[in-house]
Amino acid sequence: MDMTEGYLRSDGRKGIRNTLVVAYLVECAHHVAREVAWPFREQGAHLIGFPGCFPNAYADRMLHQLCTHPNVGGVLLLSLGCESFNRRELEARVRASGRPVATLVIQEAGGTRRSIAEGRNWVERTLRELAAQPRSALPVRELVVGTICGGSDATSGITANPAMGRAFDQLVAQGATAIFEETGELIGCEAIMAERAARPALREELVACVAKAARHYATLGHGSFAPGNADGGLTTIEEKSMGAYSKSGQSPIAGIIKPGDVPPRGGLYLLDVVPDGEVRFGFANISDNAEIAELIACGSHLILFSTGRGSVVGSAIAPVIKVCANPETSRRLSDDMDIDAGRVLEGRGTLEEVGAEVFERVLRVAAGERTASEILGHQEFIMTYKSFTPLGPACLPS
Amino acid sequence: MQLHPQDNVVVLTRTVAAGERVCVGGVTVMIERALALGHKLAACDIPAGAPILKYGVSIGSAAVPIPAGAHVHTHNLRSNYLPTYLHATQQRYFEEHP
Repeated sequence: MDMTEGYLRSDGRKGIRNTLVVAYLVECAHHVAREVAWPFREQGAHLIGFPGCFPNAYADRMLHQLCTHPNVGGVLLLSLGCESFNRRELEARVRASGRPVATLVIQEAGGTRRSIAEGRNWVERTLRELAAQPRSALPVRELVVGTICGGSDATSGITANPAMGRAFDQLVAQGATAIFEETGELIGCEAIMAERAARPALREELVACVAKAARHYATLGHGSFAPGNADGGLTTIEEKSMGAYSKSGQSPIAGIIKPGDVPPRGGLYLLDVVPDGEVRFGFANISDNAEIAELIACGSHLILFSTGRGSVVGSAIAPVIKVCANPETSRRLSDDMDIDAGRVLEGRGTLEEVGAEVFERVLRVAAGERTASEILGHQEFIMTYKSFTPLGPACLPS
Repeated sequence: MQLHPQDNVVVLTRTVAAGERVCVGGVTVMIERALALGHKLAACDIPAGAPILKYGVSIGSAAVPIPAGAHVHTHNLRSNYLPTYLHATQQRYFEEHP
């Protein structure tokens, strides 16, 4: 199988799902948005949003990219009415993309009850419209796949991450786009990673990117390392990093992107998730779903998520395939896992076999097969304040 | 399991119970406390300050001399980058702020 089907969007990208996004533009509209989406949550209505009332260019960019993501077919914006978020600009951009869009302003609609009723009417009508949309051919080279590890333990770097790396190599070899991330979990690997830069000028940028992450976390006093990592046998950030790094596979690194940048062509990219400049808004990513949201904003159709301790999360907008590194966790949380990579430790398979299974599963999920977290209704989403400066010319292939 | 020929630690591929004997680098050691799979044991005697090698690269430095077969973890291995946060750190905060 090297071809699936997708929903063609006006920018030429194709989606593997046809989600209707309900997006709140400030926490004050969160409850109404959730109530609007809830009855339709199993029919493709997903809730996303930004809680802040202060303006933020990163949040503007993220919501714009998410609302025009190829997996999104229609958008309902939920505004209280007085927040800073520029709802008119966002609505105009979504409309320009050809998607059905509406904005519901709670203060104008007459409050909670009326807004929920009006919103549900719109969602019901629009979901019928989306169900009638045709699909067209989607070759593997058009797929964008993101990868993350969460709830890591000492098995993550031995089984699931290197197996996902093999799947990544296969995707890149077929012309697809693969994105790995979390520069805070590459601390200690910067030198060996830099050797994989596709161009000499990119080498320094890769090292600088990890140095920035190290400064960021040092300023805040903690690395990207949770107590559960230590319970699972990981001792230091550089040990965790080496395990995390292996999910990038062996392909040359084509470029660095920042949240919301869509890679210009196929290849392997590093997503730099740590904000630029002095530390302003706190930790770069407060939990795994903040990184998943950023991978999706970069165009990821689906996410490969490796876990050892046992994360259960999924995501709004893009399906999450969970690759479980630890065979004991696989048995304990079997309903939540898609692939048992821990079998490598028990002599029930090889990294090559698990890598091939991950690749096959990517194609099946792209073709519509539901992941464990989709079946269980997971649609996590979180986004906080950040600030970035634009990329230098060395970061992207010319 | 040794992940790289240069490593001075090995990784447990299954959970071992307290009192079990395992063979590490030619010596048999008794496991004092139960250890989950993925935890590390010293493959040889490691002097204080020496790098701990796993995957063939340094994952930090030995904080104290570590005898062959000993559990290598947060009590005797320090990051060369950022300190490792544990629940015990938070426990101290609650004790100091009753």
